[in-house]
Amino acid sequence: MEEVLKKLVGLFEQGRLSRRAFIKSTAALGVTATLSPALMPLAAHADAPKRGGRLRLGLNGGATSDTMDPGIQLAMMPQTLVYGALANSLVEINAAGEPVPELAESWEASSDAKKWIFKLRQGVEFHDGKTMDADDVIYSLNWHRKEGTKSAAKPLVESIVSMKKTDKYTLAFEMEQGNADFPYTLSDYHLVIGPKDTDLTKGVFTGAYVIKDFEPGVRAFCTRNPNYFKSDRAWFDEVEILGINDVNARTNALKTGQIDVMNRCDLKTVHLFKRMPGIQVMRQDGFKHFTFAMRTDTAPYDNNDVRLALKYAVDREQLVKTILRGYGRVGNDHPISVANRYHAGELPQRQYDPDKAKFHLKKAGLSSPTFKFHAAEAAFKGAVDAGVLYREHAAKAGITIDVVREPNDGYWNNVWMKKPFCAVFWGGRSTEDMMFSTAYAKGVAWNDTFWDHQRFNELLVVARAELDEKKRRGMYAEMQRIVHDEGGVVVPMFSADLAAASDKIGHDKLAANWELDGFRAPERWWFKS
Amino acid sequence: MELPTLNSIVALVFKRVGLGLVTLWVISLLIFVGVEALPGDLAEAVLGQSATPETVDAFRKELKLDMPPHVRYVAWLGAFIQGDFGNSLANKRPVVDLISWRFANSLFLAGVTAMIAVPFAVLLGVLAALYRNTPFDRLISMATLSTISFPEFFVAYILIALLSVQVAIFPSIANINDQMNFWQKLYAIFLPCLTLAMVVTAHMMRQTRAAIINILSSPFIEMANLKGLRRLRVVLLHAFPNALSPVINVIALNLAYLVVGVVIVEVVFVYPGLGQLLVDSVSKRDIPVVQASGLIFAATYVLLNLLADVLSIVSNPRLRNPR
Repeated sequence: MEEVLKKLVGLFEQGRLSRRAFIKSTAALGVTATLSPALMPLAAHADAPKRGGRLRLGLNGGATSDTMDPGIQLAMMPQTLVYGALANSLVEINAAGEPVPELAESWEASSDAKKWIFKLRQGVEFHDGKTMDADDVIYSLNWHRKEGTKSAAKPLVESIVSMKKTDKYTLAFEMEQGNADFPYTLSDYHLVIGPKDTDLTKGVFTGAYVIKDFEPGVRAFCTRNPNYFKSDRAWFDEVEILGINDVNARTNALKTGQIDVMNRCDLKTVHLFKRMPGIQVMRQDGFKHFTFAMRTDTAPYDNNDVRLALKYAVDREQLVKTILRGYGRVGNDHPISVANRYHAGELPQRQYDPDKAKFHLKKAGLSSPTFKFHAAEAAFKGAVDAGVLYREHAAKAGITIDVVREPNDGYWNNVWMKKPFCAVFWGGRSTEDMMFSTAYAKGVAWNDTFWDHQRFNELLVVARAELDEKKRRGMYAEMQRIVHDEGGVVVPMFSADLAAASDKIGHDKLAANWELDGFRAPERWWFKS
Repeated sequence: MELPTLNSIVALVFKRVGLGLVTLWVISLLIFVGVEALPGDLAEAVLGQSATPETVDAFRKELKLDMPPHVRYVAWLGAFIQGDFGNSLANKRPVVDLISWRFANSLFLAGVTAMIAVPFAVLLGVLAALYRNTPFDRLISMATLSTISFPEFFVAYILIALLSVQVAIFPSIANINDQMNFWQKLYAIFLPCLTLAMVVTAHMMRQTRAAIINILSSPFIEMANLKGLRRLRVVLLHAFPNALSPVINVIALNLAYLVVGVVIVEVVFVYPGLGQLLVDSVSKRDIPVVQASGLIFAATYVLLNLLADVLSIVSNPRLRNPR
């Protein structure tokens, strides 16, 4: 053991091992307590995660209609509560965006990625004292698969043909088609594990905190789970989540110390906020993007030249500067973010080019058409303004865009996927496959461009089952190019997530898969001493 | 002076309560038709962008949204009359649980505000009438009218900026909960209380002033003046009781507003009252909750108006003894 220790100390001193990884590894050897004071430089020591305190989060995205049902997690407040504090999935996404074991200990796939074996962690206890085993996992995943389920995660688990318990802690999955990203799927925030034959809407799971009080849209209060299976997590004694939908109220509450963390800063004032002492502003460049979706089954958008003309007619840089105040990145007319593994950085960035727009419009045989662009603030904040800017940009190419302001109420039912050209919000997905199969594959429910591209659809199926990284990268790059050139979306920008916290809050590198460190702020962050 | 005939007041109360019930029934019908007329239903509103036809169908089936509207209305009305408010469609919690503590919170905020604002406004009104057309009168008129002219949220943000950010005396959010005792709650709601007090004071103060000035021009006041009574006595004992009736009516309207109309203040100060619940429920088309809170609001108006009428009869010598 001493040798292992020496090696760890060496790595740590060279800076090749992070402090937390070091603590974790030495803790595994059971020696941290005696070692750390002698080893840690003072500065690092002061920064070490510390137990205690009540974390108070003031969050946008809560409504009185929220529930703890894992199948119906629609807003930030219940998501942070259920996935971030109360529950765990089989797989976790770390700060580098990789799947790492959580309730599963390890997994392996067959060569066609059709069969998966998951070994479960042993000795994990639910909040009600029951020990987790394979039956609980099957029950929890079936919550989203059963007849008449209301779960939004149904499309994620639909492709599972069978789940079999091979022993108490081993599960065998068989998929309809090969899916190399299956561990990613199981990390989804809907797919948390609760005890068998119980009502999963009660908040009893395996997570770092135990629910004490939940008033939807108003407040959630939970206390630390003394039997939590991760020893290096869950630093706070108590977590309180307050629903504060008004951005000014959130900002003031953080400024005056009534909360410790807020999400979704006001873009207009965040530069002032940054200068305030005692406040840290955190930026995550995740998957969130905005699109202008064209129905490719409806004239004139069924003509690719029309779509290209509209793609060339938008000044993305200016949209990022004006609508996002610089807190974002320009999009390249496909939905894959720089935070995704197989982002095609080599694909040339589409630029604002009125001449090319004119050329394609002429090629399409349309001389001076009017395009009705439907938008509402409900699509995304600033969508109507984005439309107006777009109109100005396009006017220079001789394209007339008519911005139609739609009511916020009912936007997703009455405008989205109904009107042929409209503004859309996408939270994005952590894998290329999920993003493409959710919104770009032929015939899927949210294919909002009604797009059907043969080569793309073929590649989607092949790439999904491909376990060879290099081949996969090539396929996804080609698919991004196809969407870029022939897809029905203008993707003008990716929006960064901005959160702010008191500088007493400590954290490691933030995971970008969801807001607030992948929703996991309650379990990953701590109060500095 | 004869006491008001008790019988006539009791008869009035019964008649008004009966009419009030009819009003409530009509309102429940209007709310139902109104929510039905909004585009989309609960299934679509709750799921929003993540709605798929399948999940929407599952929602509808489970919540019986696939039944025709009149069947659902009659079912709801039948249960309501038996005292069953039903469950929220969105999260299946009993409507009573959702509403009771929020309504108590709304009453708490309204009550505390009223206790500050009503005496203050009436006092200012009397003083303004007493020193009519002096710089003092103009000053309070101007001050109160300016606070009512600003939108509530503006007043609220100014107060937050001054009293909670610049000088950190009062909390900027008033999210009271059960872990707080009475005094902590009182402290937490100071700023929303102040905001609302500033908003409602002007209305009541102006009405008090106008009513008293109106009375001051009547012959019996002139008589009192000619008898050589002191001005304060004339205003307080001779004019004020006669001016009470319109003042009571305005106070009742303002009280009702404090209970039902403060959703913006609730949002700014994150106060868990009934207004926010109603807004959320309408946007989610959660009819049982909308109905129950709408009816509570309507009942508040009906009851306060009834109370105002009874009080103005009791307090007004002329209405008390009709000739």
